Amino acid sequence: MERHRKKTGLGGWLFLVLVLAAYGVTAAIDAEAANKALHFFAKVMGSVVPALVIVFFLLLAADLLFQPKWIRRNLGREAGIRAWLLAAVGGVLASGPVYAWYALVSELRDKGMDGSIAAVFLYSRAVKLPLIPLMIHYFGATYTLVLFLYLIAFSIVNGVLMAKLEDSTAL
Amino acid sequence: MSAKRLTISLRKTAWTFFNLLPVIIGMLLLTSLAVILFPDRVSDGLFGNSEMLDTLIGASVGSIAAGHPLTSYVLGGELLRSGVSLIAVTALVVSWVSVGIVQLPAEMLMLGPRFAIYRNLICFFSAIAIAFLCVCTLRVIG
Repeated sequence: MERHRKKTGLGGWLFLVLVLAAYGVTAAIDAEAANKALHFFAKVMGSVVPALVIVFFLLLAADLLFQPKWIRRNLGREAGIRAWLLAAVGGVLASGPVYAWYALVSELRDKGMDGSIAAVFLYSRAVKLPLIPLMIHYFGATYTLVLFLYLIAFSIVNGVLMAKLEDSTAL
Repeated sequence: MSAKRLTISLRKTAWTFFNLLPVIIGMLLLTSLAVILFPDRVSDGLFGNSEMLDTLIGASVGSIAAGHPLTSYVLGGELLRSGVSLIAVTALVVSWVSVGIVQLPAEMLMLGPRFAIYRNLICFFSAIAIAFLCVCTLRVIG
């Protein structure tokens, strides 16, 4: 994994400019679609704010409480199965959109979290605890249970594969 | 914990957040545009081929889709009712919540391009594997 990933810096602003340019092109072709997308954005932004507030405080807590040595010991490669389980449980419990969590994962990786553990955390977010009743409603309890067990198991598989890739490509 | 340490941490976190803002806003704008331009109904007509091809299509649609996971359940339920196989629907539902083509630029910016590309590729193939394993398991346990 890349040890020295760049923080978003100008890249983030460039990305925003490119997206705004895409809106400009869309508006030129279909102004109504661009308008609808902006209304949808406003609605979604409102629902994302609480998750962002949580992430802000988690980032602050991570900076204050977790020193690089602790991260390397508990979320590094040498932490073993404990780190995998910690990441899997953390991912299942983490709510909100995945991109809200990129900053925290990036921060922890800078402090020594292994890339494979980050992959486990991000994958286990596929288990959506608050949506379990709805999934049962649409697909049944047995299907939901089997699927969620496979999702948790594959979060570990994802971590193992990322570790292999990390070793083979020496990122 | 000293006030000085807290102030330094607050500043650092605020700076991280300031850098995160354009990514989050850009991400949400891009997602909103994708949701409006590619409504869920577009995917309805894609299915109805062989089980393997439907599964690949399901995983691909789920990878590109950017809406709330709940939408994938509703869409999956509708597809099941219209005769699409459970394997294809499962591939769609799993890739919907694990692969993020629309989020890829943000993930690349925050976590590194290679990490993001490898992770999403692994997630894509995992979605297909889980779909087959899940349905096989359900058949075995009845």
